[in-house]
Amino acid sequence: MSDLLAARSQMGISLAFHIVFAVIGIAMPVMMVVAERRWQVTGHAVYLELAKRWARGTAILFAVGAVSGTVLSFELGLLWPGFMDFAGAIIGMPFSLEGFAFFTEAIFLGVYLYGWERISSRAHLWAGVAVALSGAASGIFVVIANAWMNAPAGFELVNGRAVNVDPIAAMGNAAALSQTIHMTLAAYAATGFAVAGIHAFLLLRDPANAFHRRALEIALIVAAPAAVLQPLSGDLAARHIAVHQPVKLAAAEAVFRTQAGAPLTLGGWPDVEARETRFAVEIPYALSLLAFHDPHAVVKGLDAVPPEDWPNVRAVHLSFQLMVALGTYLALVSLWVGWLGWRRRELAHNRWLMRAIALATPMGFIAVEAGWMVTELGRQPWVIYGVLRTADAVTPMPGLVVPFVTFTLLYCFLGVIVAWLLYRQILRSPTVPEWRGFYMRSGSGERGAGSGT
Amino acid sequence: MTLADVLAVIIFVALNAYALLGGADFGGGVWDLFASGPRKERQRELIADAIGPVWEANHVWLILALVLLFTCFPPAFARLGTLLHIPLSLVLIGIVLRGSAFTFWRYGGSGGSHADLAQRRWGVVFAVASLITPLLLGTTAGAIASGGLPSGGAVKGEAFYPTYVAPWLNLFALSVGVFALVAFAFLAAVYLTLEADPAESGVGGELQEDFRLRALASGVALFVVAASALVLSRGRAPLVRDALIFASWAVPLHVVTGAAALAALIALWFRRWRLARVAAGVQVSLILWGWALSQKPYILRPDLTIADATAPPATLRLALAALAVGAVVLLPSLFYLFRVFKGRDQAPLVGPR
Repeated sequence: MSDLLAARSQMGISLAFHIVFAVIGIAMPVMMVVAERRWQVTGHAVYLELAKRWARGTAILFAVGAVSGTVLSFELGLLWPGFMDFAGAIIGMPFSLEGFAFFTEAIFLGVYLYGWERISSRAHLWAGVAVALSGAASGIFVVIANAWMNAPAGFELVNGRAVNVDPIAAMGNAAALSQTIHMTLAAYAATGFAVAGIHAFLLLRDPANAFHRRALEIALIVAAPAAVLQPLSGDLAARHIAVHQPVKLAAAEAVFRTQAGAPLTLGGWPDVEARETRFAVEIPYALSLLAFHDPHAVVKGLDAVPPEDWPNVRAVHLSFQLMVALGTYLALVSLWVGWLGWRRRELAHNRWLMRAIALATPMGFIAVEAGWMVTELGRQPWVIYGVLRTADAVTPMPGLVVPFVTFTLLYCFLGVIVAWLLYRQILRSPTVPEWRGFYMRSGSGERGAGSGT
Repeated sequence: MTLADVLAVIIFVALNAYALLGGADFGGGVWDLFASGPRKERQRELIADAIGPVWEANHVWLILALVLLFTCFPPAFARLGTLLHIPLSLVLIGIVLRGSAFTFWRYGGSGGSHADLAQRRWGVVFAVASLITPLLLGTTAGAIASGGLPSGGAVKGEAFYPTYVAPWLNLFALSVGVFALVAFAFLAAVYLTLEADPAESGVGGELQEDFRLRALASGVALFVVAASALVLSRGRAPLVRDALIFASWAVPLHVVTGAAALAALIALWFRRWRLARVAAGVQVSLILWGWALSQKPYILRPDLTIADATAPPATLRLALAALAVGAVVLLPSLFYLFRVFKGRDQAPLVGPR
């Protein structure tokens, strides 16, 4: 394994690991706050129990997210000193702002988790709101920095150095809007469907359980609107890359040849040597229509740049297909949920819907990972698109396979532990039949009121 | 004082805050490892309750210093990442294990009982990581202080050991590591005398005495470690050493630092806990600022000064503006956090266990 590949793999593993926790850290606080607010309004103990249990899970996940995020911020210098040397002054600003947002998030999460008995219930709820807002803000700031790598702006390149640096213009780069919207919606959809899926699975066994029913409702309130809006934001992102990063779009859609009226390629296996995609279904004119809203528009193919500037077409195309397929599934299930909700049907008794939601449990997260593969692999061989090659940014230190293997093992170990701890938490979820728990006021102290551990 | 100097000072203030707050959280883990005597379990509970609500916020001081460093002084960050790759990676592993193990221990329990044996294993991981991380963090600081980080490492194919290992794997750097460890443990013990308020639980008096003894012992040890680091600096960090001895500010600084150190020990002896906390904080901060002054105007010796490493003025101005706005959000929030959990007259801590 070359040092460059080892460095890229370590960065990839670190991002793939961290993003799961980052996404949960954005969306979970929203669910906590909704549950707590419902408890305050209705007084039903089951909502307090939900808020507390979600807070426990969030405590574990946030801590792992915080430390793995620390690793990433160091790795920018440990693995990519050439990138930081060039880009730090230009794009450090959103990272600094993220630092403040993360600080606020950590402070109020501490208040939220440990403050149940110490502050008024109103202050406690607002602490939760602060966590949710600063969590979303830190995600947005980090994605802005990433968007800059795709659409560099705010500097002029003179003899390989950046001059006339304008960090505000760098933050306002062309990819920032579409990427931040897409990622923030993804966070709510992925986390919401993961939580909804778990409770849907448990409801299949115990459809009258009030605890799971309320949990499912709140999770879907967060997930479904985001999942429905996501294809629209995806359209925005795709139209952006069609103009600004044509190679990425060409790889994602496996378009080898520049052409007018380009078809949309569904599935298939890109054969890079033969420059064609085998076993694919093609919808005529659809790519031109989607990318430029004009069926006859010219879509640039991979042949627009020399092959050494191509990303890994196969990986990008398959990741893209996977993301779109999963996103479509989540959007369709969300529309189904919306339809039933509008007709005021009881969701938990619709077994087919419960199966569909249970099936969706991992889908949002797989789509998030696949989407990042598209963004990051699709930008290669550049670390800053068109400006700095990844190979020129890597640290000169040899033997990078050692830290790569070390951190991979560390993250595998942590991943297994976190999964096991959450599994145990879920196993302990209370059995609260509809006719008791839901109508029981909090503090009644009776068994089954959902107050016990 | 240039704009770059102002930002360098702010970054060091963030590091100072990290040492006083985040450092003490590591120190708490050290005392968890060395919990002993009839009140062993109560010591551990006290430490965990003290750290629980605040450790994540305290940790962010390090992130803040780091992002400000790479925004305002990108070449310095790039060189640090390159040459100190190994110790910094080890620090990261320590940070990851400390943080995750602490939450697994406190939140992962099957029934909320801390006696849960499997859970206690996470407590051990937390404690061991709390011991090793400051040691490595201090070693990294020692490598920076020794001034042996020339730009040469940016070239491919340089000999591995002298470039990537020797700058930090030496007696001086390691002695700074031990110094950091003892300093953090000292701070933690001093703070914990205040956490163990006898008025709160009725049994705190004994715990308070436990940590008073630990604070006195580590306070004395801090003198010894500081002295040995100074002796070792002769060979490895001559420039820092010369500044610490001959600069115009050196003698007054040492006098004030020594006075703070003595005040901390005397206050501990007479059980004036609040005074001891202030004096210990001042003592450790002054030592850090002594290091900063001895480095001035270099960020990384032998050749990278603040002026050389600085980002363009547009970036610095914006960073300062962001800091001003951020402080408006951050400082009241921090004040609130510490008032809720560290203020007087608190109800016992009930986490969502």
